[in-house]
Amino acid sequence: MAYSDKVMDHFMHPRNVGKIENPDGVGKVGNPVCGDVMAIYIKVKDNIIVDIKFETFGCGAAIATSSMATELVKGKSIEEALKISNTVVAEKLDGLPANKLHCSLLAEQGIKAAIEDYKLRSPNVKAQSSKRE
Amino acid sequence: MSRVIYLDHNATTPTDTRVVEAMGTYFNEQYANPSSIYKFAQEANEAKEIARDKVAQIIGAKPNEIVFTSGGTEADNFAIKGVAFANRNKGNHIITSKIEHPAVLNTCKWLEKQGFEITYIGVDKYGIVDLDELASTITDKTILITIMHANNEIGTIEPISEMTKIAKQKGVYFHTDAVQTVGKITTDVNELGVDLLSLSGHKFYGPKGIGAIYIRKGTKIDSFIHGGHHEYNRRAGTENMPGIVGLGKACEIAIKERETDEKRIKILRDRLYNGIAAAIPDIILNGHPKHRIAGTLNICVKYVEGESMLLNLDLEGIAASSGSACASGSLEPSHVLLAIGVAPELAHGSLRFSMGHNNTEADIDRVIEVLPPIVKKLRAMSPFGK
Repeated sequence: MAYSDKVMDHFMHPRNVGKIENPDGVGKVGNPVCGDVMAIYIKVKDNIIVDIKFETFGCGAAIATSSMATELVKGKSIEEALKISNTVVAEKLDGLPANKLHCSLLAEQGIKAAIEDYKLRSPNVKAQSSKRE
Repeated sequence: MSRVIYLDHNATTPTDTRVVEAMGTYFNEQYANPSSIYKFAQEANEAKEIARDKVAQIIGAKPNEIVFTSGGTEADNFAIKGVAFANRNKGNHIITSKIEHPAVLNTCKWLEKQGFEITYIGVDKYGIVDLDELASTITDKTILITIMHANNEIGTIEPISEMTKIAKQKGVYFHTDAVQTVGKITTDVNELGVDLLSLSGHKFYGPKGIGAIYIRKGTKIDSFIHGGHHEYNRRAGTENMPGIVGLGKACEIAIKERETDEKRIKILRDRLYNGIAAAIPDIILNGHPKHRIAGTLNICVKYVEGESMLLNLDLEGIAASSGSACASGSLEPSHVLLAIGVAPELAHGSLRFSMGHNNTEADIDRVIEVLPPIVKKLRAMSPFGK
């Protein structure tokens, strides 16, 4: 369990913990049987993720990556948020132990799932954003 | 280093200072090879035999039934592989349980690849091996039953003497991994009725890297490590003299002190459980309520994951362990908790505190003080949180 100081900081003082009332998108990923579950809530305005919160059941790496990923995504556009991969999150945390890298996938998947949910809830937005692409 | 509140004695124990002292001489003062002929070496040999007597004494065996090994894992490998290959002409079936230590389970899995058939029998919700299943699983091909004396994760003590009666009726050898019980509770090979037993020094304040196997006289077993004539031709290699002397000393101390020690430790364990249970809702006690080694407390804390609790405890200077996948580095939670019927999501939230010699009431009270807010904080973060 040799975690970096950054990981321990985000683990002990996680940013953006909690739920959002009436979110624009919710992503629930993971499996309790495997020992990690994450829920991501987003609020979107003019294609920008203006607020994001998470709830995580998981190990130190899972909690720290949840926290870091939400920090990276907050204030970004949907397109920018979709580009944030688990390797970026791990790098921003000054690395993760090799056997913990899979935990960081959860945060990436959680954000993608929340954005997916947002697009499903607002089909017009989806059409607009794909037109722009 | 600031003082750690060490609550992981089932993993290892600090070596008793009296043991360290006894060992000290055998590095660079009395360093002779006990196999040599001169007087200096014979003194070493005598020390080795005195240690063997003490090991024999703690389990009620004869000294020539004790073979020193590098530890519990080697003793388990020796017992299981040694009996398996020596009795191949009789059969190829071995019975074990689902809650054994990896030293037994993975040895059995390896034997499966060598053509042996292994039956892994189940346990009840407390971790007690099903005696009927044991009896009905024995066939005329069964050559060995290997069941642990007490479980390292949940502390449940198995009814070994009842099982060996069944084994004896069918003429099947019985091995027990007693790594968690020797030095803690009475482990008499004749009361238990076992043919083979594994023990390890560092689990009861002896040094690491030394253990022993008990082999009942007349048991058909192959030598384990081949080489010189050491250890009755059963386990070659120049003897680990400091280790052997240290193990002997640890046995000597345990024979005198284990009873009072265990009484004190049991009080600490119950104090810890009662304190935690009063302060934290939704916890589950794992293991047998009565038939359990004194120092082991294993609980599941609902809605939170084990490693995240361990990390928080570690920051408070408290060392404990968990059966969560993340704490062990595997992908699955504890096989023991799954075998007693704990749901996987709960098994990920398990904590094991194992108490020992040096723990005080103050240590326990500190855990009772810091654990509830840790759980509260993590539950507030959890999507299942309450």
